[in-house]
Amino acid sequence: MTDIPAKATASVQSSGSLLLTLMKLRTFIALIAVLVFFSIAAPNFLSAANLILMAKHVALNAFLAMGMTFVIITGGIDLSVGSIVGLCGMVAGYLVLNGIDLQIGYTVYFNVVEIALITLAVGILIGAVNGLLITRLNVAPFIATLGTLYVARGLALLSSDGRTFPNLVGKPELGTTGFGYLGAGKLLGLPVSIWILVVVALGAAYLARYTPLGRHIFAVGGNERASRISGVRVNMVKMFVYMFSGFCAAIVGLIISSELMASHPATGESFELNAIAAAVLGGTSMSGGRGTIGGTIVGAFVIGILSDGLVMMGVSSFWQMVIKGLVIIVAVVVDQAQRRLQSRVTLMQMAKAG
Amino acid sequence: MSSSTGHDVILKLEDISKVYAGTVAVKHANFEVRKGAVNVLVGENGAGKSTLMKIIAGVERPTAGRILLDGNEVSFSSSGDAVNRGIGMVFQELNLFGNLSVAENIFATREITNAFRKIDHKAQERRAAEFLEQLEAGIRPDMLVEDLRIGQQQLVEIAKAVSLDARILIMDEPTSALSAAEVEILFKVIADLKARGVAIVYISHRLEELIRIGDYITVLRDGRITGQEEMRNVDTQWIVRQMIGSDAKDFAKADGHQPGDEVFRAEGICLPRVTGGLAVDHVSLSLRAGEILGIYGLMGAGRSELFDCIMGRHGQASGRIFIEGKQVKERDTARRIQRGLALIPEDRQREGLVSILSVASNLTLASLSRFVSLFHIRGGAERQAVTQMVRELSIKVADPAQEVSSLSGGNQQKVVIGKALLTGPKVLLMDEPSRGIDVGAKADVFRTMRKLSRDGLGILFATSDLDEVMALSDRIAVMSNGRLTGMFDRAEATEAAIVAASALGHGPAPHTETNAA
Repeated sequence: MTDIPAKATASVQSSGSLLLTLMKLRTFIALIAVLVFFSIAAPNFLSAANLILMAKHVALNAFLAMGMTFVIITGGIDLSVGSIVGLCGMVAGYLVLNGIDLQIGYTVYFNVVEIALITLAVGILIGAVNGLLITRLNVAPFIATLGTLYVARGLALLSSDGRTFPNLVGKPELGTTGFGYLGAGKLLGLPVSIWILVVVALGAAYLARYTPLGRHIFAVGGNERASRISGVRVNMVKMFVYMFSGFCAAIVGLIISSELMASHPATGESFELNAIAAAVLGGTSMSGGRGTIGGTIVGAFVIGILSDGLVMMGVSSFWQMVIKGLVIIVAVVVDQAQRRLQSRVTLMQMAKAG
Repeated sequence: MSSSTGHDVILKLEDISKVYAGTVAVKHANFEVRKGAVNVLVGENGAGKSTLMKIIAGVERPTAGRILLDGNEVSFSSSGDAVNRGIGMVFQELNLFGNLSVAENIFATREITNAFRKIDHKAQERRAAEFLEQLEAGIRPDMLVEDLRIGQQQLVEIAKAVSLDARILIMDEPTSALSAAEVEILFKVIADLKARGVAIVYISHRLEELIRIGDYITVLRDGRITGQEEMRNVDTQWIVRQMIGSDAKDFAKADGHQPGDEVFRAEGICLPRVTGGLAVDHVSLSLRAGEILGIYGLMGAGRSELFDCIMGRHGQASGRIFIEGKQVKERDTARRIQRGLALIPEDRQREGLVSILSVASNLTLASLSRFVSLFHIRGGAERQAVTQMVRELSIKVADPAQEVSSLSGGNQQKVVIGKALLTGPKVLLMDEPSRGIDVGAKADVFRTMRKLSRDGLGILFATSDLDEVMALSDRIAVMSNGRLTGMFDRAEATEAAIVAASALGHGPAPHTETNAA
């Protein structure tokens, strides 16, 4: 008599946990699904050349999404990344073409490495401005980064009066050549940008898992008050995530202008939305505390492959937008369903135990 | 439960259980509410009274069990549902909109409208004025709620509940912020409601109050109902016995070790209140190594605020603190922890734990730097410390990688304590360490406190439980209204003296500021 219901609940529980596992792996399942679908539906989809090309596309969004992931885990949001991409591209282009005029009859030209470092510093600086606004002046992250979105975009347009910096080959006598390496160069058969992505992603994943800073990022997002009482330097953690996000955006700015050998001030418009979408698709919770770098990268791949595959199939770009939006909504709905299922499973266990 | 007097049962709870993530708040409770009578519900903090009332008021839904209203089974999907069936509630936490007027608050969600669905403010204010008149509070219906004193806000909350014209009216600690005169008026209103046949469920900590106005009494302990009687058959001692139980709290015995040198001293700690006045008013005290100093006080006495000042959580606090004779000049929490201070906060969920992280991550959150070489967390060292702490505090957890929210309240509290201990503190501040945890876990916590003091830690602990402070402390400090109003050695301390000291400055003066937080 007592046997049967016990078995029944056990099977309910095991089916619940199977469903839970499936839900947890949903981004992976989605990735495999889009890969399989397009390899059947789109000719040449699985060719090596196409895969590498797609990876280069995905990499751009993946960089931004990683920075965004840390920001969202702390409970914030960074809307300014797209504009930082544009501004950093313009900074790099300006330095290659014009150097810095010291106003005393000399102009300093930097070599490509120095230009890259300066550009990265600009990205980190804008991130620091975001961080200061949020931690010191208590501006809500949404508003603070919305402000810097406009400021950075405006500065990018001002830098060239809205024109493009073309033809960034540089001059050998000034030592400014070689800017194209980031975008077009290859190392061991793979594009340089992919290698950079691998390095930054491994670094970020390591940071999240094995360093106190990473642990603190999750703690701040999970419960800011408790973190503060436990001695976590909440403001420092927040400064870091926005600076890291700015750093990632600067990398993207460099890569894009290097690929095109030109800097256009409107580059990166609405990139922030793609980055948020990838992070959310990868399981990052907008309410903070949850998310992984690996998940975000997979999310970026799902979005990137989806849009490239649809282009290859000749689907209209209007339909692409509709489909992308639906995928994001479904992802979040499944995410919520998983939370509910999980908490119900634990509550049932506790009610039985206590 | 032998009573069969004239009062009919209007509402009946059968075998109700309620489980939250982390705690079982109510276990298999049976509870009857009688018409035209004051049904008193009493129990210690965390016994489950408020949860039970929220179930009746439709705010929470029971995990298991049945609710019978007039003999028919009902289930409320929202508090609106319960209101429609004639159940009103005065909440312990004020559920008012500070930015709206008194009249708008009273008629929130039941606005009086004209033919075009436009709110008829005139009519609302007229009706509101009638209810407020009954309460003799001198509150105008067009005043903004945020401009009222806490006590007056509580009266608005009561007026709102009365205006529902409810058949069952639940009052959760309605007098906690009222002056003596206001309490008298409330009692008159209650007598009036009773005469009209309204069933009143009344929750309070003040025993003398209960005995005065109650008709039936139900006692809760650790989520279970331990006694139900007619009020005329019981006395204070019976109530206390049911509340505490025969398996009376297991306070670990003192081992007679002598405290060492002074380890901590606070001088002239002050914290201004936003509304004016001081939340902590020139408090000075000193603590010796291996000593347990209990700080007793009522709600709003300033105990938690004192701890917050000591931990450096308030920039505007003043005063000086010393650890082992050296002044602590660091102002931020992180560096005060490094100097050897650690706080176990009162509100476990909001301030103690990061509920979505694992037990292990929570335990080491405050002490991560101990396990780091350069910037790498040494997993082995961390795991070892976690395992050791889990064993020392007997935290019941299958796997420390489990989310901390899956533990019971008592075990969660042990995790908070473990987190503080891993920082290697010299002084431990414990704010209501036994709040909302079951008897077994309480005993464990008390034993841990004894052991720590034996190991030479100085412990400051705040509590509003008289037994606890009497049984555990080497010395007892009493706070009232932000001031230190008494300091007793254990030998000379009597309950009467402590209670008297805790009431200083809480006189019947109607404008005493009482912090509801």
